[in-house]
Amino acid sequence: MVKYAKDRRYLPTHEWVKLEGDEAIAGISDYAQDELSDVVYVELPEVGETFAKGEMFAVVESVKAASDVYMPMSGEILAVNEELEDSPQLVNEDPFGKGWFVRFRPAEPEQYEDLLDAEAYEKHCQEEKEEGG
Amino acid sequence: MSYIPTTDADRAAMLRVIGVESVEELFGDVPEALRYPQVKLPRQVSEPEALRELREISEYNVDLDHTPCFLGAGAYRHFVPSVVGHVIGRSEFYTAYTPYQPEISQGTLQIIFEYQSMICALTGMDAANASHYDGATALAEAAVMAVGASRGKRRKVVMSAGVHPEYRAVVRTYTQGAEMAVAGDQDGVSEVSTLAEMVDADTACVVVQNPDFFGHLESPPALRALADAVHAAGALLVVSADPIALGLFAPPGNYGADIVCGEGQALGGGLSFGGPYLGYFACVSKYLHKMAGRIVGQTVDRHGDRGFVLTLSAREQHIRREKASSNICSNEALMALAAAVYMTALGKSGLRRVAELCYHKAHYAATQLSALPGYELLSERPFFKEVSLRCPRPVTEINEYLLDEWGIVGGYDLEQDYPHMANTMLVCVTEMNSKEEIDLLVEALSNVEEEA
Repeated sequence: MVKYAKDRRYLPTHEWVKLEGDEAIAGISDYAQDELSDVVYVELPEVGETFAKGEMFAVVESVKAASDVYMPMSGEILAVNEELEDSPQLVNEDPFGKGWFVRFRPAEPEQYEDLLDAEAYEKHCQEEKEEGG
Repeated sequence: MSYIPTTDADRAAMLRVIGVESVEELFGDVPEALRYPQVKLPRQVSEPEALRELREISEYNVDLDHTPCFLGAGAYRHFVPSVVGHVIGRSEFYTAYTPYQPEISQGTLQIIFEYQSMICALTGMDAANASHYDGATALAEAAVMAVGASRGKRRKVVMSAGVHPEYRAVVRTYTQGAEMAVAGDQDGVSEVSTLAEMVDADTACVVVQNPDFFGHLESPPALRALADAVHAAGALLVVSADPIALGLFAPPGNYGADIVCGEGQALGGGLSFGGPYLGYFACVSKYLHKMAGRIVGQTVDRHGDRGFVLTLSAREQHIRREKASSNICSNEALMALAAAVYMTALGKSGLRRVAELCYHKAHYAATQLSALPGYELLSERPFFKEVSLRCPRPVTEINEYLLDEWGIVGGYDLEQDYPHMANTMLVCVTEMNSKEEIDLLVEALSNVEEEA
């Protein structure tokens, strides 16, 4: 059963972002990891890099696909999940927790409001599934 | 029976979609005279007659079993032990196609894995791929990979003029339309120190060749300084290297290269009219996932026994599709096998011995040639098996004289790529050149002033 965590927001391209004070954490959704199947490698950015909202900041490789991962909000990377280097399966096991990708400082916190909430994102995923996407 | 699968109705439908009336109209842009040329073939001949004619034509060729050769410039004549031909001629290898199915391809996969391991040992890199078409395309892939490693943010390739001119041309062909810039080699002169100054925030990589096209060896400390400067600016150092030289000199991994590639023909491949050749390619582990081409990995099967598979396939074009940085999904498996057998037959000490023979013979030749009146070495810099020699006359004239009067294939005319290097011949000497051949060349060149 695919989960849709309610304490964060989403991009239609299946990234999530969760605010923590004036910082934010991002990763990919449970739906995304389920579609990808076994994740074998995650390429993460360098700390200190800045990205605009929608810009590709990471690549996730599974046994059947390689997918670009996009920034849900503009910001500067503060930390990356170094555990993914040796344990990429964390993305499958705990996509909303231990499988996080990056911690960043949002440049425009108001961008959060434009993102999909859990309910809207779940609806989006169901539509995508029905379209065979 | 016709082997053309389309019917008149098919063709009419296709023409309708394109919006032309007829096939003639479709090819209307081709000049009339070229459109349906008359092919005037002679009357048919029997097989023995055809073979006799072809043999007569082939006898016009100069072959290197009977002709001393001092031509190198990227394609080298080295001794190929008989075992190489015996192994690559086995039908299991000779006819094998893509080893996608590990169940039936263990032999091919294992040999590629061993080839990769030996390339890593030779270059000082962490990972090698299963090979590219040739040294030029391997270098172009390295340039593209460096841009990919910056996630496309850096798009400039700074390339030394000492990189093989044909490789530089291929890099430009390969990257055209990809919004990449190639710089650094325009005036035909690049020093390692000035290359570092050209690196800016848009530079993805610096490309050097060592030994360079003129035969010069760059010192490891100078290359280390370049690597440090390149890395400090956030770019990668790409080194194109003659693998035979790596049998004797420091592997580029020792002085900070991120990607090492080059032409592997010298490793057990013949000159063979220019192909098939072998592009070897290796990198440090940090950029493994950016590497193009196939990679074979070692694993264990469900019984715990050692086995080999194509691995990290998600990088590749057949899975990554439009997001892949390279469309290379193939490799030169047979030539990689030849290289693996060659390196295995020679071993570490044998490869070093080949390199030493090249080095000493080339230095003997250089000493003799530069002592001739009218001749001098282009520079006093250290060199490996090729040396640039200033001659008293244009190289094309000298080469014609050498071949016609002495039966010698002369060196490469550097002026054709470097206009400021008039009358400069790149002389190549390998372990295959005997002292007698070198002395004959010296004698021949000593007669050039009067005769040519």
